[in-house]
Formats: sequence, structure tokens, C-alpha cells
Amino acid sequence: MIEVVNISKKYGSKHALSDVNVNIQKGEVVGLLGLNGAGKSTTMNILTGYLSADCGYVTIGGHDIAEEPLKAKKLIGYLPEQFFFYNDMKVMEYLNFICDIKKVKQGRKEHIDDLCNRVGISHIKTRMIKNLSKGYRQRVGFVQALLGDPEVVILDEPTIGLDPSQVVDIRSLIKDVGEKRTVIISSHILSEVQLVCSRVVLLHEGRIIADDTPDNLRKSMSERHKVVVQIESSEESVRSALADKKIFKKITMLGQKEANTIEYLIEGKNDSDIRRQLFSALAKADLPALSISNSEFTLEDFFLKHTEVTGNEAYKEAKDVVHP
Amino acid sequence: MLSILKRELRAYFHSPLGYVFIGAVFVFSGYYFYSYNLSVNTTDMETLFALLFPVIMFMVPVLTMRLLSEDKRLKIDQQLFTLPIKKSSVVLGKYLAAIIIYTIAISSTLIESIVMSFYGTVVWPEVIGNFAGLFFLGAALVSICLFVSSLTESQVVAAVLGFLISMFLMLTDAFVYIVKSDLLKTFFYGVSIRNRYTPFTLGIFEFSGAVFFLSTAILFLCFTIAVLDRKRWG
Repeated sequence: MIEVVNISKKYGSKHALSDVNVNIQKGEVVGLLGLNGAGKSTTMNILTGYLSADCGYVTIGGHDIAEEPLKAKKLIGYLPEQFFFYNDMKVMEYLNFICDIKKVKQGRKEHIDDLCNRVGISHIKTRMIKNLSKGYRQRVGFVQALLGDPEVVILDEPTIGLDPSQVVDIRSLIKDVGEKRTVIISSHILSEVQLVCSRVVLLHEGRIIADDTPDNLRKSMSERHKVVVQIESSEESVRSALADKKIFKKITMLGQKEANTIEYLIEGKNDSDIRRQLFSALAKADLPALSISNSEFTLEDFFLKHTEVTGNEAYKEAKDVVHP
Repeated sequence: MLSILKRELRAYFHSPLGYVFIGAVFVFSGYYFYSYNLSVNTTDMETLFALLFPVIMFMVPVLTMRLLSEDKRLKIDQQLFTLPIKKSSVVLGKYLAAIIIYTIAISSTLIESIVMSFYGTVVWPEVIGNFAGLFFLGAALVSICLFVSSLTESQVVAAVLGFLISMFLMLTDAFVYIVKSDLLKTFFYGVSIRNRYTPFTLGIFEFSGAVFFLSTAILFLCFTIAVLDRKRWG
């Protein structure tokens, strides 16, 4: 459905995108993920035909966005990062205006009513856009992106600046939309992408550094030789029970979880599964293990590891991404 | 294009701008009509049309200042140009909306002619020639100022630049006498808007003048489309 071949883009001397290749099939919900300045918005702008790539090409439904922009754009519904429109328009006027441009003629009223109902803006159709809250404005933007039933929906940071309840609503809308259409979402919030996307494309400094399903990315990073365990006992007893350095290479205390219960990170040799030996050793020492789980990398860890952020600023930015 | 035209027309009347522009042109035209026709008992509208020339030159930048600069400032252009619509349609829609408002404004001269026709003999070919001249002048100026509006995000800057260009175009006749180079003299004489406009005020429908104004309008519309298209290349 969407083919991005070798696109590069420079702003002055800065490479915003370098040799980006993505192939997106019909019905996929793809998350474009990256820190600020990673190239997400540039990619979206090129996908929607707002910007041209310096080299490479993009096709939407087989139509080159640079060669046949109207045919390609007819297949796209786009919600920009900052949704603004003429302040002097009412919501209904605006939606009719978009229908005029998208040449939605038959059943226009029913189509608009249906989308407004789904997005929950039926009661604000007669209000001026300038008087709407950011959440409602974003929803209006969402409706305009869906007008004309486009096959591809591109959403640039759709939940940015919304309050938590609005974020939940918009995410569930994206899930609904993704059932029938190809959806591309850019975000710097990993949990959001994990929740709604079937595939994640990780961008960093204009390059794709990972492209897989959220589960596969997580699996590829899971570390079976590390186990998190909660043990009801003193630290000395635990350390003496797990004294065999050949099996348990490192024991790190993570903190006290409840009275007399401490959580530890136990590391074995690389590529070894130490859960059985751990269970036996604790049982032999009569130390109750209240929980044992593998230490799995989350997407957050993956992101931090791949982007190799250094320095306080970058670290802070990465932390914002992980815990927005 | 029609959707953009409809939207822009609506926008002119949803804000005071449309009313203020039309009202101001009506006031100037009415004042000149009273001073140079009613009070001196003549149906000759040559002076009225000649005096409307500088008024139009300074009013048109106000009419066009927000057309593209506002889109840029509010980042509406990003949304507009990702919709299935050609840039030329957007530019043409906005241009025609401004032209319609402009035509409504200068139609005050026709109303005044109709009023005069009840009390005296109006030379209609002269009036229509004058009206056509004023229309062609506006067609070229709106296009130039629309182009200026595409260059900036600020309506004020667009208006001030428009005034400066209008002033330059009004002064090109004077430059002919100031500069020494024959080439520059020919250039300033060639681009003089007043030289092209004056024959219309004398009741002469000068075809070359009409072509000059219309080709200027088309040229600057093309420039505007090129400016918008250039943005694609970052």
C-alpha cells in the first residue's frame, strides 16, 4: 500500500532523513517512533506530499506522490501534529469544506454525522473552531482525516497535548480505524505505539534502526539469564543460599517490597536459564520465593539501548520518552 | 478551486475586512463623485476615475494581506496542501475571491453613473471603459499583492510590502525623468501602471493596456504558485 524507497532529505547541511526504506502492507498499523528531531515529521510530510524528498520516492497505492500527487493524496487522510484551521469557520462548515475538496458528494451528511458520532463531536458541530478546546480540535482533525474513507490514515503525534481521558479516547479511535485501514502514527510515546500498533519503525537521526512488531522487538531483547525474584528472608541468607558463583554470577538487591521481603535481580551466565537452579537453591535453603520472573526488556529499554543517548540532555529526553 | 473561492468569500464577510474594504472604496468614490460630479454639475467621470487610481493602489494590499500569510502563520497550508487539491486551484480560488470583493467595491462607480443617468446624459462607453480600466488595474494589483502575501507569515509585513510596491509602481513615471540610462528609462516607462491606466480614464479602451494588466496578473499568479511549490523542496 505504501512504498518508501531510499528517501533522503537535507535541511541545509543537516541530514533529516538518510536512505529510509519502508514497505507498508494494507491493513497494517505502523508506529513511527523516535526522539524529537529523529525525522518522524519529515517522513510524514514526505508521505503526504507536503515536502519532497531530495532523492528516492514514495508511492501510495501505486501512485508516486511526486508524479501523481492528486491520485496519491486521494487515498490519504492526514492529521498534522498541530491541527489548526481557519478560526472563522464552524465545525460543520469546515467539514463540508473538506468534503468539497475531497469531492465527497453522495451521502455526505450521513457520512459526517456518522464520523462525528464515532469521534464524539456531534454536540459541537455548530461551534466555531476557534472556541474549541485542544482535545475537541484534535477530534475535529481526526474526523477530517477520515472524511471520504481514505485507505491510508496518517496521524502525526495524535495525542500530544491531550489530557489522559482524551488520550484514551483517541487511542481507542485509532484502534477502530486500524481495523479497516492502513494507519501510520508518529509518536515519541512508546506505550502508545505498543498499545495501538502492529509494527514499530524506530527512527534515530534520520535512519531506521529497527523495524518489527512490538512483541518481536521485545523478544529479541529479552534476557533469560536475568531473573527478578522476591524472597522472604534476610539478605545474608539469600547470598549464602546462592553462593555458587558458577551459576549465579551476580546478585543485585532491587529493594524491599513488603515486610521481610526483598526483590533481587539474579544474573546467570549469558544464554543460560537459571530459573530451575534458583528455585532448587532457594527451596534447599528453605527460603520462600514469593515470585520469580524473567527480566524482560521493554520497548523502552530497547529504545534507550538503540539510540545510545549520551549526555544529560539526551538522557533526559530519552527518559521523557520512556515515562512521559 | 470553487471550494476555496467559496471559503475565502465567506471569510471576507465573516470578518470586518470585506465590509471595511468595500465601505472605504464606496466612501472615497462617493466623496469624489460628490466633489467632481454633483457639485460641479458634470457627467464627466474622468477625474473620479483618475483619483480612484491611488486609492486602489493603497487599498488592495489591505484586501490581500491575509490571503496566504495567514495560512502560513497558522500552518493551515500544511493541511491544505496535503489534501487532493492543486496549488494552482488554491491560488486561483483565493485570487478570484479577492477579485470579486474588489469588483463589488468598484461597482460604486457604476451605481453613481446610473444615478447620474437619471439627471443627465452619461457617456456609457466612457464609463464602461473607465470601469474596465479600474478592473484591469485591480486584477494586476491583487495578483502582485497575493504574491507578496505568499512570501511572509505576517499580515502586517504583507500589507507594508504591498504599499511599498504600490508606491514604487506609482512612482515609475517619475523615475523616467530621474534616471539617465536609456535602458532604465525604457524599463520604467514600460512598467508604468499609470501610463497604461490613463487611456482608460480618457474613455479609450486600449487593448495593449488590457493585455499588460492581465499578463501581469497571470505572471504574478505563476510566481505565487512557484513560491508555494518551492516550499515542497524545503
